[in-house]
Amino acid sequence: MRLPTLLLILAATVLAAYFLGRQRALSLARQTGGIRSLHSLPKYYGYYAALGALLPGIALLLMWAAFSESLITARVVASLPEVLRNQPEAQLGLTLNDIRNLAGGQMYDESRSAEFAVAADLYNSLRDASRKILAGLIIALSFSGFALAWFQLRPQFRARNRVEAAFRSVLVLASLLAIVTTIGILLSVSFEALRFFRQVPVSEFLFGLNWSPQTAIRADQVGSSGAFGAVPLFVGTLLISGIALLVSVPIGLMIAIYLSEYARPRLRRIVKPVLEVLAGIPTVVYGYFAALTVAPVIRLAGQQLGLEVASEAALGAGLVMGIMIIPFVSSLSDDAINAVPQAMRDGSFALGATRSETIKRVVLPAALPGIVGGVLLAASRAIGETMIVVMAAGLSARLSFNPLESVTTVTVQIVTLLVGDQEFDSPKTLAAFALGLMLFIVTLILNIIALHVVRRYREQYE
Amino acid sequence: MLRMEKPQDVVAPPADAVPAATPVEAPRIAPDTVGDVTARDAVICVRGANVHYGDKHALINVSLDVARNEVIALIGPSGCGKSTFLRCLNRMNDTIESARVTGDFRLDGQDMYARDTDVVMLRARVGMVFQKPNPFPKSIYENVAYGARIHGLAANRAELDDIVYGSLERAGLIDEVKDRLDDPGTGLSGGQQQRLCIARTIAVNPEVILMDEPCSALDPIATARIEDLIDELSEKYAIAIVTHSMQQAARVSSRTAYFHLGRIIEVGPTDKIFTNPSHKLTEDYVTGRFG
Amino acid sequence: MMANDGDRNRHQLSPEETRRRVNAGLRRRYRSEQLFRFYGICSVSLGVVFLLVLFGTIIGNGYSAFQQSFVRLDIHFDAELVDPDGARDPEVLSAADYSLLVKSALREIVPEAGSRAERRELNGLVSAGAVFELRETVMADARILGQTRSMWLPLASEMDLWIKARSAGESGEDVGGRISANQRAWLERLQADDRIELQFNKAFFSNGDSREPELAGVWGATKGSFFMLLVTLLLSFPLGVAAAIYLEEFARRSWWVDVVEVNINNLAAVPSIVFGLLGLAVFINFFGLPRSAPLVGGLVLTLMTLPVVIIASRAAIKAVPPSVREAALGIGASQMQMVFHHVLPLALPGMLTGAIIGMARALGESAPLLMIGMVAFIVDVPSGPMSPSTALPVQIYLWADSPERAFVERTSAAIMVLLAFLLVMNATAVWLRSRFERRW
Repeated sequence: MRLPTLLLILAATVLAAYFLGRQRALSLARQTGGIRSLHSLPKYYGYYAALGALLPGIALLLMWAAFSESLITARVVASLPEVLRNQPEAQLGLTLNDIRNLAGGQMYDESRSAEFAVAADLYNSLRDASRKILAGLIIALSFSGFALAWFQLRPQFRARNRVEAAFRSVLVLASLLAIVTTIGILLSVSFEALRFFRQVPVSEFLFGLNWSPQTAIRADQVGSSGAFGAVPLFVGTLLISGIALLVSVPIGLMIAIYLSEYARPRLRRIVKPVLEVLAGIPTVVYGYFAALTVAPVIRLAGQQLGLEVASEAALGAGLVMGIMIIPFVSSLSDDAINAVPQAMRDGSFALGATRSETIKRVVLPAALPGIVGGVLLAASRAIGETMIVVMAAGLSARLSFNPLESVTTVTVQIVTLLVGDQEFDSPKTLAAFALGLMLFIVTLILNIIALHVVRRYREQYE
Repeated sequence: MLRMEKPQDVVAPPADAVPAATPVEAPRIAPDTVGDVTARDAVICVRGANVHYGDKHALINVSLDVARNEVIALIGPSGCGKSTFLRCLNRMNDTIESARVTGDFRLDGQDMYARDTDVVMLRARVGMVFQKPNPFPKSIYENVAYGARIHGLAANRAELDDIVYGSLERAGLIDEVKDRLDDPGTGLSGGQQQRLCIARTIAVNPEVILMDEPCSALDPIATARIEDLIDELSEKYAIAIVTHSMQQAARVSSRTAYFHLGRIIEVGPTDKIFTNPSHKLTEDYVTGRFG
Repeated sequence: MMANDGDRNRHQLSPEETRRRVNAGLRRRYRSEQLFRFYGICSVSLGVVFLLVLFGTIIGNGYSAFQQSFVRLDIHFDAELVDPDGARDPEVLSAADYSLLVKSALREIVPEAGSRAERRELNGLVSAGAVFELRETVMADARILGQTRSMWLPLASEMDLWIKARSAGESGEDVGGRISANQRAWLERLQADDRIELQFNKAFFSNGDSREPELAGVWGATKGSFFMLLVTLLLSFPLGVAAAIYLEEFARRSWWVDVVEVNINNLAAVPSIVFGLLGLAVFINFFGLPRSAPLVGGLVLTLMTLPVVIIASRAAIKAVPPSVREAALGIGASQMQMVFHHVLPLALPGMLTGAIIGMARALGESAPLLMIGMVAFIVDVPSGPMSPSTALPVQIYLWADSPERAFVERTSAAIMVLLAFLLVMNATAVWLRSRFERRW
């Protein structure tokens, strides 16, 4: 039975349970003297019965989704002949993938040995069985859940309170999802990263000056070769983000200052949304712009000046990333500047300060914490930005601070390592997760500091 | 590129928002004011002042002088235009987009709103203290040194120290803060903050000090200290003070102007206004019938 | 710093001296004021200019992709070639080599192309996709066999570029490198015969991806994005609203709620690629969901959009005045009834606005999708959330990486399509907000 059919059946059961429960409440009421003898409105009895039918089934479905695949895989692996079963992890992963593809009918490779076909058949039959068992279990569970609820229904039964309590737990669960996501990121990424660090020492990863993961691709070399010193990536990331901040912070800040301190309301009403459009443009568009338009222009300009400019120079990616972040910086600075009380400005004007003196000496120092918080958030954004650098920065990990050379970044490497062939257990693939972990930790720290600073700053003037 | 900008626009908002300086041929005494609006040895002369905020006519045909070394109190119920009038005297209304100021304003005989009058210089000569103490988020020292720094009044550090200490002294604050000049000015108590703002104002060496309800946010003890200070300062400066408290007006000022719905109803020596007002509205106000 | 207290004879500047000193500095101060203001104007103009250049580049590069050059050929549907045994068996019809029909039609117009090389050049004029059209024509109605029809067939992408450049008044030299002198001469002759025409590029809006630029379209990617957003909306909106309701209406202030709050704000700032890693590790490797499926993409985007929806929904709930709550509780509603019957309906427009803005962000997102295999080259238009597909921004990324010149204009055109969708979504959000905004 396919999943959609199953869900339909479940939905029908739930609907039926609602009406039956409601009916039951009404008939109970008739026996005991009218609807007022019920504790709750009849529909709550219906809800309660429906919940009884729904919840056990959903819980089972989720558990099944979580564990059935790994159980099936384990059975398939156990059935494989000795030679295949005892391969290194990376190879085994590839083999399993082939089996899955074969089972899904996506591969018509005659050269594959018979063992693969057998394994694929087993895989298919196990999945089939799993589906049947799941369907049976779910239907049984929702019926018994409904029955259980049905027999609880009495006139004095506090159906509304029960239903509301159930609803409340759903709300709580939804609000916990954010935490679950964070923990999920931390666990899943660091789990793979730890596997990487078992093969490559942390110190080499953090302080090594040489990055060339591609050489580790062959099976007989797993873990033994390939250089995983991530310093060139960190430097490249810092270089490009640094350029982006050098572009976006002064321009974004000046835009915020001009719009909030100089511009008349009409200009502000027009220009602000126009600049916000910049923030709404997808990053892939910026990447395309950087690669297609900005990089050639920079190269041409470099040639005019007699400079050697790489076609994927850090400068191009950094500039475009800077443009992308401008509205981000300017809107956060705008918030910070507007939070400075007008009384400060009046005090300065009354002493005879010009507008720019007031801004430079009073408004900006007062808004500084908010602006710093905004810049930190912008930095975290620049570090984590992916598409622009994937499309406009280089792949070769060169340890260089020269903006005219091609450098690579953490995010570029994550994408390069994970897109394409999927051998899930080689250090090459796992390295992506180690880089991801670094990225997550660094941006997390930046975000937390920034959010804290901004929040404290807001409180100061509230 | 730079030449594209018009220099006179620098401080004021763009041209059409600049309060037009239309000298009005005003009568020497405004017809709807009782008493003598003129003063001997006047430093500020205002004739026929009108202020509009958008559609609202906030100040109607007001004329008044402020003399050297006098304290003049501006009183009246809230919304009567007294603060608006005060803010005209150092062109603080320039910072409000919708404000339109007309009339003849003179500082030492010079038109304050003339095209060639420099608003920076004007505000250096006419200082202002606000209702709520508004020290900058800087150290005490830097708060007082601010005006001197931006105007370039001190040639060196010693002169700057002189100015800061001298101003703090004259504001009667030096004894309380001399050991913590590097602490933030916002850490002081309300009354101290207000005296810091006064010190900040007199550090620029103004000729007139405008005070906009300087004590309304303070407790009685701090208020008393500020009132003493105003008394001392009046030896050197002309002071115009807006106040809600009639007792305060009576205590600190020698002349009083009563504002009502955007007009000056009556001007005269403080004793006379409080003891023997000529106009019915003034009498109603000082006897507490409204306001 | 030394305080000589008691020293009452400090030197004080005279008013005249003060005025002189202020005057001395005025010119310099006004200059720096002007300069500062000038920087401000420059920055604002820079921002606007960036935007204009960006849009200018994309529209300038991309508008031509909405047209495609077609050539009119007199195709003789030779029954001998297509269906030698005359049984009209669909399998035979579908497997026939229709390129022969195109070739012979071309040879009729250009009989002088004699050598093998010249013939290859000649056949290169017409897109490889022309045969699909002929096959469809025959499959639709086999009675056409034996007849001759005049048909508009798409030109190959290089020819298309050349024709477009020529019709735009350019020499076509910069795109001419890839087409031979012969081909140029033939094209010019065809043009003179009125056999070449620029028509609306229907294929761009109805096809999936293709290696041939003239056959590549955005429909597959658009449908992929649609399924993904559908999953995202169905999950993130109810979950986000539920979380917001709990945090605003039920949760008591405690360290735990603070943790949840910090978490939500922080998640909104986590780089999107990290969500991609999460999706890869959890949904694909742990749960074993298929790669390249919009379902997985939707799940990842749900986690990404959730903070946005929660933050917007909380703001919307906060905007409902407490008097409404008090009124509901006052007539004996339970807290749950108060929330669902009174607060939620009032907050709904604000929540929807937030959800749409979150969806718009999700639509433009591509980095996490790269991680979960949505970058595969997929020709088929996806039929559901489980069939392999790609998404609009990823399609843009793929085309931007393609070496063929003709993909440049298609990339820009795809960007225009994406931006149009974003524009519609944001405009809807703005409209919703202004339509239902209430001032209390």
